[in-house]
Amino acid sequence: MGVTQTQAAVAAKPAEYPVLRIEARRGWLALDLGELWAYRDLIYFFVWRDIKVRYKQTVIGAAWAILQPVLTMLVFSLFFGKLAKIPSQGLPYPIFYYTALLPWNYFASAMQGATNIVVENQRVITKIYFPRVVLPISSILSGLVDFAISFTVFLALMAWYRMAPTRAVIWLPAFLLLAVLTALGVGLWLSALNALYRDVRYVVPFLVQFWLFASPVAYPSSLVPAKWRWLYGLNPMAGVIEGFRWALTGHGDPPSILLAASSGAVVLLVLSGLVYYHAMEGTIADVV
Amino acid sequence: MSEIAISADGLGKRYRIGAVARQTTMGERLTHMMKAPVRWLSPNPNGLRSGYRDFWALRDVSFELRRGEVVGLIGRNGAGKSTLLKILSRVTQPTVGRAEIHGRVGSLLEVGTGFHPELTGRENTYLNGAILGMGRKEIDRKFDEIVAFAEVGNFIDTPLKHYSTGMQMRLAFAVAAHLEPETLLVDEVLAVGDLAFQRKCLGKMGEVASGGRTIVFVSHQLNQIRRLCEKVIWLDQGRIFQVGSTPEVAGAYETSMTNRDDGSAQAKGGPEIHNGFVGWEIVEPRAEKPNILATMGPVKVKFLLRLDKPVADGHHGIALYNHEQQLMWGWAANHLQLAQGIHEFHYSFPTLPLRPGLYSWQVSLYDYGRVIDVWSCFPEMAIATEGHQHLRDEWNGILNVPCVFGIQSSREAAIAETAEQARGESV
Repeated sequence: MGVTQTQAAVAAKPAEYPVLRIEARRGWLALDLGELWAYRDLIYFFVWRDIKVRYKQTVIGAAWAILQPVLTMLVFSLFFGKLAKIPSQGLPYPIFYYTALLPWNYFASAMQGATNIVVENQRVITKIYFPRVVLPISSILSGLVDFAISFTVFLALMAWYRMAPTRAVIWLPAFLLLAVLTALGVGLWLSALNALYRDVRYVVPFLVQFWLFASPVAYPSSLVPAKWRWLYGLNPMAGVIEGFRWALTGHGDPPSILLAASSGAVVLLVLSGLVYYHAMEGTIADVV
Repeated sequence: MSEIAISADGLGKRYRIGAVARQTTMGERLTHMMKAPVRWLSPNPNGLRSGYRDFWALRDVSFELRRGEVVGLIGRNGAGKSTLLKILSRVTQPTVGRAEIHGRVGSLLEVGTGFHPELTGRENTYLNGAILGMGRKEIDRKFDEIVAFAEVGNFIDTPLKHYSTGMQMRLAFAVAAHLEPETLLVDEVLAVGDLAFQRKCLGKMGEVASGGRTIVFVSHQLNQIRRLCEKVIWLDQGRIFQVGSTPEVAGAYETSMTNRDDGSAQAKGGPEIHNGFVGWEIVEPRAEKPNILATMGPVKVKFLLRLDKPVADGHHGIALYNHEQQLMWGWAANHLQLAQGIHEFHYSFPTLPLRPGLYSWQVSLYDYGRVIDVWSCFPEMAIATEGHQHLRDEWNGILNVPCVFGIQSSREAAIAETAEQARGESV
């Protein structure tokens, strides 16, 4: 009797179930934003796991997020500033360097984290389906927590130097978004490449070093001749870092040319990253 | 009548073998990268080289499953069971063909996917649930039930690394068992964990199935298949070999399995045949193989014993286990006196009323309480009789008893009349 009822209930229900089609994938770019939204909780939990796990079994815990940029800032201020006398747009050296290190450290660690994210999750990938792009996205978002922590130090620095943010600060979210997108674009490329060729993880530390010197972290971009500035701006981090400096301190002019070039480069980077990542996704579970 | 839950049409999956292994050294890769930098970026590293071998893990697989059906996937290792499950769960893509699944799909290809040892049981429950496709609110709602089911109690806020393996498994199962998609794909995950908990999980899955959900279940343990599934798909070398009702297909599969690993059907051990049992067989009735029993009638079983030394005060025990190591029957003989040489122990049974499946004999011999031999007989005994049981496997017991069922009906008046008559006679 019970069985019959169940069957009747099932039969009475109209075919409202969504249909899932499984076949070999075609197409260049298929970022299913609807699906990504459906998996937002998974992104949240991946980010949350990353943060929880990152500082477990460390002695000073999240203080590392502060110590790293602060120590780098001190070293840079001493050597590039006091000794090499690199111009700092009239800013105190600690402020000059810290404003650059904020986005740079975020970018560098997000890039390194994203590189390994697919490989680290290979067991999960080979056992369960979810939009694979969740992995680099969550890796890049989890870096924002460290960013927020080190940002508090920046506020202390500003107070110490008795500086107040100007109206330019309203642009900060835009530059932060640019930094996140840059990290995402690079992260998509590197995580996909690393999944297929483990050599990539050995290359990344060098890449980070070179990129650091190709970005206006230790020096102002004004050292670059004006006519080459647009080329320099193709490094999206150039636009991001100069943008941060300007937005946080209000010194100098808004980095318009740099910014335009950087934004263009970021769009290209993210789109190409998505295409490549998508192409990798299809074979990843067979290859990792 | 009922709706289609899954339809697969010509699914095939090709793997390329050889290519990956061939470019292992860094130098080799680098030279290759220099030669063809564009192809290096190709996301399909198999495309790097020609000279690989195509291997079809799955070929031409088409089937339709209806809502509420519980289907077992069986086949030897490498038959393509896991590949099919991976395609249906979208972990990997088919090379050709297509499938449609109606409704939400949950897959359980591994237990505890994404568990992290540093996180607590609570945290892992949420993480694992999210990976399996549950939303945060859904997990909130089921959390207490999951913890109760897992029987981890106060440990829920302890990091997972302090859990015993059993506790980890239980928690993992508990999360997975509370997944409630319209279609559930389950790989051989129940092969691990202790028996009692396995039962509990099977029970929970059965519950899910009776709720009108579709389950596709891979297992090597035919008992589990029999208990859960009403329909079985038998895959062989990537193709569907047979589809049908569970008793039919599982029985055919079992017979083919026993036929395959025979060889030394009666001979035991390797080169050093020692003091003890050396073989066994069913003497009567003779089937095509001496370890297959296909009739309900009288059975005669023979165990061969070789003794290098005489036995003065022997104790001999015999036991019959089913595939889950449940004891079916046991018996013993005492004070045996046996000379050096070959002995045959004969057992005659009027019938062995066991449900179809694999069973193993265990025979032992002691002298003055000292063990001479305890042998879990090989090969296993396959009972391939006709089932006389309930149609639903969970109502099948361990016995297979033929019975005759009849109904005798009478009208109430007739009953009363009979009662009257009976009284009258007795007076």
